[in-house]
Amino acid sequence: MPWRRVRSVLEPGRHYFSGADATVEAAVAARCGYFAGYPITPTTEVLERIAVRFPEVGAAFIQMEDEIGSVCSCIGASWAGAKAMTVTSGPGFSLMQEGISHAIMTEAPLVVVDGQRAGPSTGQVLVGGGDVMQARWGMHGGMPTIALAPWSVQEMYDGTIRAFSLAERYRTPVMVMAEAATMHLREIVEVAPEVDLYERDKAPGLPPFGADSPDGVPPMPGFGEGEKLLVTASTHDARGFRRTEDAHTHRTLTARLFNKIMMHVSEIAEVEEHYLEDAETAFVAYGFTARSALAAVEELRRSGLKVGLLRLKTLWPFPKDEVGRLSERINTMIVPEMNLGQMIHVVAEVARCKLLPHQQMDGTVIYPASLIDTARSVVA
Amino acid sequence: MSADWRRYLRPGVTLPFCPGCGHRLLLRHLLTAIDDMGMDIDQMLFVSGIGCGGWIPSPCINADTLHCLHGRAVPFAVGAKLANPALTTVVVSGDGDLADIGGNHLIHAARRNYDITVICANNMNYGMTGGQVCSTTPVGATTHTTPDGNTFNPFDLCALVRAAGAQYAARYLVTQGPELVGAIRRAIGIKGFSFVEAVSPCPTQFGRQNHLDGVKEAYAYVEALTIGKAACREPASPLDGRLLVTGEFANE
Repeated sequence: MPWRRVRSVLEPGRHYFSGADATVEAAVAARCGYFAGYPITPTTEVLERIAVRFPEVGAAFIQMEDEIGSVCSCIGASWAGAKAMTVTSGPGFSLMQEGISHAIMTEAPLVVVDGQRAGPSTGQVLVGGGDVMQARWGMHGGMPTIALAPWSVQEMYDGTIRAFSLAERYRTPVMVMAEAATMHLREIVEVAPEVDLYERDKAPGLPPFGADSPDGVPPMPGFGEGEKLLVTASTHDARGFRRTEDAHTHRTLTARLFNKIMMHVSEIAEVEEHYLEDAETAFVAYGFTARSALAAVEELRRSGLKVGLLRLKTLWPFPKDEVGRLSERINTMIVPEMNLGQMIHVVAEVARCKLLPHQQMDGTVIYPASLIDTARSVVA
Repeated sequence: MSADWRRYLRPGVTLPFCPGCGHRLLLRHLLTAIDDMGMDIDQMLFVSGIGCGGWIPSPCINADTLHCLHGRAVPFAVGAKLANPALTTVVVSGDGDLADIGGNHLIHAARRNYDITVICANNMNYGMTGGQVCSTTPVGATTHTTPDGNTFNPFDLCALVRAAGAQYAARYLVTQGPELVGAIRRAIGIKGFSFVEAVSPCPTQFGRQNHLDGVKEAYAYVEALTIGKAACREPASPLDGRLLVTGEFANE
């Protein structure tokens, strides 16, 4: 059975963790066997804790020479049978894009955590949210991806564990689009006594790059298992043979890579509703900004204003049905973002109500007060 | 020397090399070494980058093969080896892939002394893209991007990886079969980072641009560039762009 219930490595109960701590403990809980990374603010703390924790649990840790080497070695480790993870921030995330595209093309499960800072380029090491479109469109070629948007330290723990299972289930890199503020935030995390994990389906002998259905996820044997695997990120057939000049093979492969994500949006994409039952105005927010949006909603409710929050727990695949349905029963959606307008474009594709941006890209988080002002300008 | 190397070829694969390409000889020597050693091929992993050299293991060798991004074969191999230390991990790739775009990974893998073997098929140019200059092109050689001749000194890759900490480095021409097979055997047998440079003529791209009118002339050209370690006056200096010293350069 692909799902396996295992005991928590950590003592069950309440732990006081930073987002960085929770990321590491989630990797341990998910039985991640390999981590490679490179120091970069604001995610260096992850590297430092892993350097201590991974040897304790018998997992491999290496600080590589750069982020390119980090992500590439994770793909090698993934094909060698390990669950693999790397953690970085903006500039490193840019360097990893080619590796992420290789993992998509070779269908290598992998978790990439991006503790976003304010770009472009080296920009600031303070908080930012400017990599969310990059998580979908950063690679050349363009393929659907899975990207989560945690808003709390608890979700850095639960969400990162889920990221490992999504990666194995769909044989794809999964990105955890955290923000510097969440990495450095300290909160109580409730650790459950047991963890449910999706384990790789090996199925020896079957073609590792072909499936019976057009949205299928093939089994994934590993190196050293006698399968004589032929793994390439060039256009390949079901057995891995390069067919780089064959239109049919490329069309079949890329269609399946597309469909295996996009025909399973309802299983992957998650949202969370707050005060939406009678709302006339709604924030559509994600990540750390959704915390401020919820605080703003609760304050506005106290003054009797019918405001709610739709929190995007998953950015990619985009939960368009939920956003579209909500837009039919409210007047205005406010999309606050720590960038100059990224997810609002995707919201605009499906929203059938008024849209209002609230954008801030200066290395600081969006405070509830400014969101309250924006909401009042709509309601007034 | 065993004649059984063909049994390691992946069924149904037509060797992809141009007529006269030295890479075909290197493939034979590599598989001969593996056969000589009695290796369990199912516990071996062959990792390659992008370019003609990357096609030596993928798809030719009937074993686990990982065809990587350009320049990144070494970190892919490092990850696989660390995740499954039982895998005998061999990188086979070209000079442009390993030393130009991937040079930083190469020296760091040597410095950290990972237990992998890197075999560099050095054809002195970017063959797959039609013949452009790279970090191993001899001074004066003509390529599509050095129409008036290359002016930059080439890397001495064996000296580079030795300085970075490689346990073993060796360089031979692909025409030096017994020596190259022996070097590959020793490299795979060594615990730690080992490096073998196989100087491999490229008649189609490099040869054509340098007026080497046939396969024989392309091989004569690289033979004239090389000198055996014993015959080389000390200190050996291949950095004048004319001499490639062949032999074994184990770290003492």
